[in-house]
Amino acid sequence: MKQPQQTIETIAVEDLINRVHSFHDDGYRLVQISCAAEGEAFEVTYSFDKDLTLTHLRIPASPDKPIPSISRIYLASFVYENEIADLFGIPFTGIAIDYKGTFIRTSIPHPFGSSQISVVKKKPEGQHE
Amino acid sequence: MSKQIIVPFGPQHPVLPEPIHLDLVLEDERVVEAIPSIGYVHRGLEKLVEKRDYKDYVFISERICGICSFIHGATYCQGVEQIMGIEIPRRAEFLRAIWSEYSRMHSHLLWLGCFADGMGYENLFMNCWKVREKILDVLERTTGGRVIQGVNRVGGVSRDMDAAELKRILSEIPSLRDDFTELTRIFDEDLTVQTRTKGIGILPKDKAWDLGAVGPVIRGSGHAVDVRSTGYGAYDELDFKPVVRDEADCYARCMVRAEELFTSLDLIENAIDRIPAGDIMVPVKGNPSGEYYARAEQPRGEVIHYVKANGKKNLARHRVRTPTLANVPALVQMLAGCELADVPVIVLTIDPCIGCMER
Amino acid sequence: MSYLQKSPWIIHYDASSCNGCDIEVLACLTPLYDVERFGILNTGNPKHADIFVITGGVNEINKEVVQNIYEQMPHPKVVVAVGICACSGGVFRECYNISGGVATVIPVDVYVPGCAARPESIIDGIVQALGILEQKRHAMNAGVEGTV
Repeated sequence: MKQPQQTIETIAVEDLINRVHSFHDDGYRLVQISCAAEGEAFEVTYSFDKDLTLTHLRIPASPDKPIPSISRIYLASFVYENEIADLFGIPFTGIAIDYKGTFIRTSIPHPFGSSQISVVKKKPEGQHE
Repeated sequence: MSKQIIVPFGPQHPVLPEPIHLDLVLEDERVVEAIPSIGYVHRGLEKLVEKRDYKDYVFISERICGICSFIHGATYCQGVEQIMGIEIPRRAEFLRAIWSEYSRMHSHLLWLGCFADGMGYENLFMNCWKVREKILDVLERTTGGRVIQGVNRVGGVSRDMDAAELKRILSEIPSLRDDFTELTRIFDEDLTVQTRTKGIGILPKDKAWDLGAVGPVIRGSGHAVDVRSTGYGAYDELDFKPVVRDEADCYARCMVRAEELFTSLDLIENAIDRIPAGDIMVPVKGNPSGEYYARAEQPRGEVIHYVKANGKKNLARHRVRTPTLANVPALVQMLAGCELADVPVIVLTIDPCIGCMER
Repeated sequence: MSYLQKSPWIIHYDASSCNGCDIEVLACLTPLYDVERFGILNTGNPKHADIFVITGGVNEINKEVVQNIYEQMPHPKVVVAVGICACSGGVFRECYNISGGVATVIPVDVYVPGCAARPESIIDGIVQALGILEQKRHAMNAGVEGTV
């Protein structure tokens, strides 16, 4: 079956808390928060579900502008927010359970944050290829 | 008030096939707070999407996790097909549904076994896994792979099942149903199972919704949240009804999974009954451009594959929100107030799949 | 044949694998394959174990855990790397968080390739490991340097 088209509404960071509050009051479930690079900057998308229909909210983001955490409204957001903070280096303020960069520990800091990453693999000793 | 101590749980622990670490804050035997810490399986495979062709990446998405592998591959394809505007053959959608249900049964049996083992009921563990081998035989016969199938392609599937195979599958279903009835009866009636699960690890209905739980965890707390109800793929033509329980404890989550074994068998019979003839793959040309949140129901719950492309052969971003990650906040809620000896059982009831969770 | 070879105990650790190989390792223990008929037992305690069965490409924070488990095991001990990720990193070799195979962290005695490795090849690998275990035991008893 053909899937339904999805609409993503872009809003300002300042409106985020109010909008998420109204989603919570209307009985929506928080499905996920994702982050993706958009040109030089980033965008963070919040998805909500009610009656099996997804609704998305999107805000622009950058590593030097903290985003207010929504974990006071939806506690579950702490996993997604910590993950984005660790992988993209985008700071969140007021996360209910803040791991401060130890949620996902990676070999290089913020692997998704910059586009200039080179991984050098050394041949292990005694292993033949 | 007694003194608080912190007991570390994991990453290497006898009941855990996979590494996760919990810091359990205890007051005597009671858990006051549980703080999960993860990262032992984080590979960073989402980054690989920038290096691989979007068609090759199907195989990587199947390797996000070896248990839910088929559905990961299918959902990724669903997302890419959506942004490219490809309509795949109806037969391919039915085949995907059949294989999805088989992998759901293999995952649920695996879980029921591990759960029995977690309770110290080794005999039951062995029996669950014995039945599971029958499911794996079908998967191996029809796809070539036991746990990683590798039949999904952008634009369809690479293998067909002929009429004789479909007939053979149908003929095997009654004996599977008997096996499932026998296993379910033990989980339902056995005193050992009941004392370890009933009234333990309560996740109240409103909390389950608020914490964004998915899959058997939220269905065990009385919400009929199952993405198969949206009718993605071939599910719009199949008679599907989600399994829901109201007890909200470990027992409910266990029984949801046990009952879903039967739902899967019904869906397979249904699908074989209605599968249309035709091609199984359409040719795919060009590169994708656009973004989409594809969703599907995995054994562990709703999975979201976000794909974003900008007209190149590599996608710009692939992001997977796996069911286990969504269930972690619910786990924290369940653990607060339980006894230390119940921690392994409660952790197992969310069916933690760490490989999925951390990617 | 020594008693050790008749009943070797294994410890299994998932070092950033996708689970595919892990469930196949577990499948080896269950009725269809049943390695317990060879006296092979799965243990959760490194100090009880003779064979370290390890899956996955070993990520950053697992390095320490893997080394820790390996060091806690008594001599003689053998390491079996199960699955292509454990052998070389596999499809995840290019991932930023993967070190690229178990051999980058601890010495490996037997490599079992496959994605996912089949139970038959895992059993084959463990049986080969038994031979190496025996050699190591002899070397240890003979007091060869570097074996204890």
